[in-house]
Amino acid sequence: MNQTNNASEGTLVARLLAALRRFAAALPNRASAVLHRRPRLRLSLLIGPPMLWLGVAYLGALGALFITSLWGQDPFTGTVVREWNLDNFRLLWESEVYRKITFRTVGIAAGVTVIDILIAFPVALYMAKVASPRMRNILVIAVLTPLWASYLVKAYAWRIMLSEDGVVSDLGGLLGIDTPGYGLAAVVITLAYLWLPFMILPIYAGLERLPDSMLEASMDLGAKTGHTMRRVVLPSVFPAVIAGSIFTFSLSLGDYITVRIVGGANQMLGNVVYDNVGAANNLPFAAAVATIPVVIMLVYLAAARRTGALENV
Amino acid sequence: MNHAATEMKEGAPAIAIRGLRKEFGSVTAVDGVDLDIANGEFFSMLGPSGSGKTTVLRMVAGFESPTAGTIQLGGTDVTKDPPFSRDVNTVFQDYALFPHMSVTQNVEYGLRVKRVPRAERRKRAQEALESVQLSQYGARRPGQLSGGQRQRVALARALVNRPRVLLLDEPLGALDLKLRREMQVELKQLQRDLGITFLFVTHDQEEALTMSDRIAVFNNGRIEQVATPRDLYELPATPFVAGFVGTSNVLDGEAATALLGEPGIFSVRPEKIQLHLDDPHLSDSATPHAVTAAGVVREVVYLGSATQSIVDLDLGGSLIVLRQNQQSPSEGDVAGRGARVHLSWLREHTVSVAPQPVG
Repeated sequence: MNQTNNASEGTLVARLLAALRRFAAALPNRASAVLHRRPRLRLSLLIGPPMLWLGVAYLGALGALFITSLWGQDPFTGTVVREWNLDNFRLLWESEVYRKITFRTVGIAAGVTVIDILIAFPVALYMAKVASPRMRNILVIAVLTPLWASYLVKAYAWRIMLSEDGVVSDLGGLLGIDTPGYGLAAVVITLAYLWLPFMILPIYAGLERLPDSMLEASMDLGAKTGHTMRRVVLPSVFPAVIAGSIFTFSLSLGDYITVRIVGGANQMLGNVVYDNVGAANNLPFAAAVATIPVVIMLVYLAAARRTGALENV
Repeated sequence: MNHAATEMKEGAPAIAIRGLRKEFGSVTAVDGVDLDIANGEFFSMLGPSGSGKTTVLRMVAGFESPTAGTIQLGGTDVTKDPPFSRDVNTVFQDYALFPHMSVTQNVEYGLRVKRVPRAERRKRAQEALESVQLSQYGARRPGQLSGGQRQRVALARALVNRPRVLLLDEPLGALDLKLRREMQVELKQLQRDLGITFLFVTHDQEEALTMSDRIAVFNNGRIEQVATPRDLYELPATPFVAGFVGTSNVLDGEAATALLGEPGIFSVRPEKIQLHLDDPHLSDSATPHAVTAAGVVREVVYLGSATQSIVDLDLGGSLIVLRQNQQSPSEGDVAGRGARVHLSWLREHTVSVAPQPVG
């Protein structure tokens, strides 16, 4: 009697559990069904959070930066004075020092970008079109691994290599080249090294998308390698080069650590921002200085857009 | 494209291939191919994928270098020449148009490389585009064209250089059936008008039969047979050719011995076989030199212009029979599934496709 009771109880519990499980299993189904019927709800759930992040945290911060740059600082207490004026920008415009630093920063960023294009293109071409699949994988890993190492370690590594009795001096001595020492050249070299993967990867991806038959067609129509490079390969990867240059150019524009480590007494815009946030505690002026690279980058993007490189990327 | 290097020799074939081999690692893609292709010939290389036909084409173009063997163009050995110094042009399977150039710039590319003056370049490009009926599309980008139009641009881009040989690598493969049929006729016409040798690669037997002067059937890196479309269809030399070109209808084993009186492998084309509902020996429809076989209809397929029946023979094996629908057939007058039928065909339509086994 007891046993049968237990058994029936058992089946009852088992049935309840099964029903619960079915209900739970049906829930996501029901949710999918609702989402399926309401594509707008689905879309807003999907892109809502990232849009919120982009809008508030990203553009919001940029807006705050720009607003702050239009305020001033009380020279005695050092507190921010919320009065609208263009004094910060006037100072930047009229001061010889800041103009020089701006040009120097843009020059460094441009130099880094050009050097990276010149190094990245042959490497990417080899990876995408010549190397065996095995070699290609090895090279992709070789390009990516330095990104896992700390920025500071890499910058200091260059400091040591570029020192008076460093590797560059030792090896260069055999060819009659001396280390450039700490200065602008060292900054360009170090930054070009740091951002190189950001140039190689887009160009590599661009070249991989370029079908081999395109190169064969060019040769088939009588073009030698040089002509094929100029007329077919370069135009095809131009958007990728622009994409890579946006990385190298903007990352270089904002840098302030490398120049401290290998740049000697030179300053970039980032250093001015850093000093005004820290030592001078003039946040509005720091914000005004920080606006410069943003504006330069916007001009650069507009120029890139005009070339048509940002379409169909 | 260096004309001096590929000076035409009197009477030499457009393409002469001797002992051509290509190995990719341990895989032999082309295993000893010999071919002579005459000037002005429309020559097709037909075979399933992986049979080596495209590799042969790529070696003629210069994109692959042979492991062994030689390739001559117009009597000049070009085996070691790079693609840009060979007097051939290629129409690629994916067309390989340059997406960043306009249609005109694409067509002009070869002339530009050869530093043909601008005015002549424009004129020839325009003519080439007219010959493929695309003269209005010069300013467009390849991305703005349909598949069929891109195909024509690729053709114009190759032909504008007036090559000795035009290489076509499954150029119609990406087009739909109707367009493909139209292009087949157009291509053939173009080739006849221009008198250029066409070397055409396809896996579509109908396409090869329609357009070619001669066809080489490839299988496993070797050529099974080189023949005119007619001979290839009527007199297949091997079981592979009999099966690959046209509908496979191969008789072998005991059925072959019993029906034809000798062992071996034989091919009969489906449209050569008559299908009778009663024994033809008992009626007037019997023909003196006919081979007859009894069987049961396994499947009837209505194809529109014809009806195809698959008949399982009592002796073993099965044959496909094709009958033109000259009168619109009603369900009744076709032998349906499971019907007992008799087949008959003329002895001369039976083609031996393999040497009789020795002993």
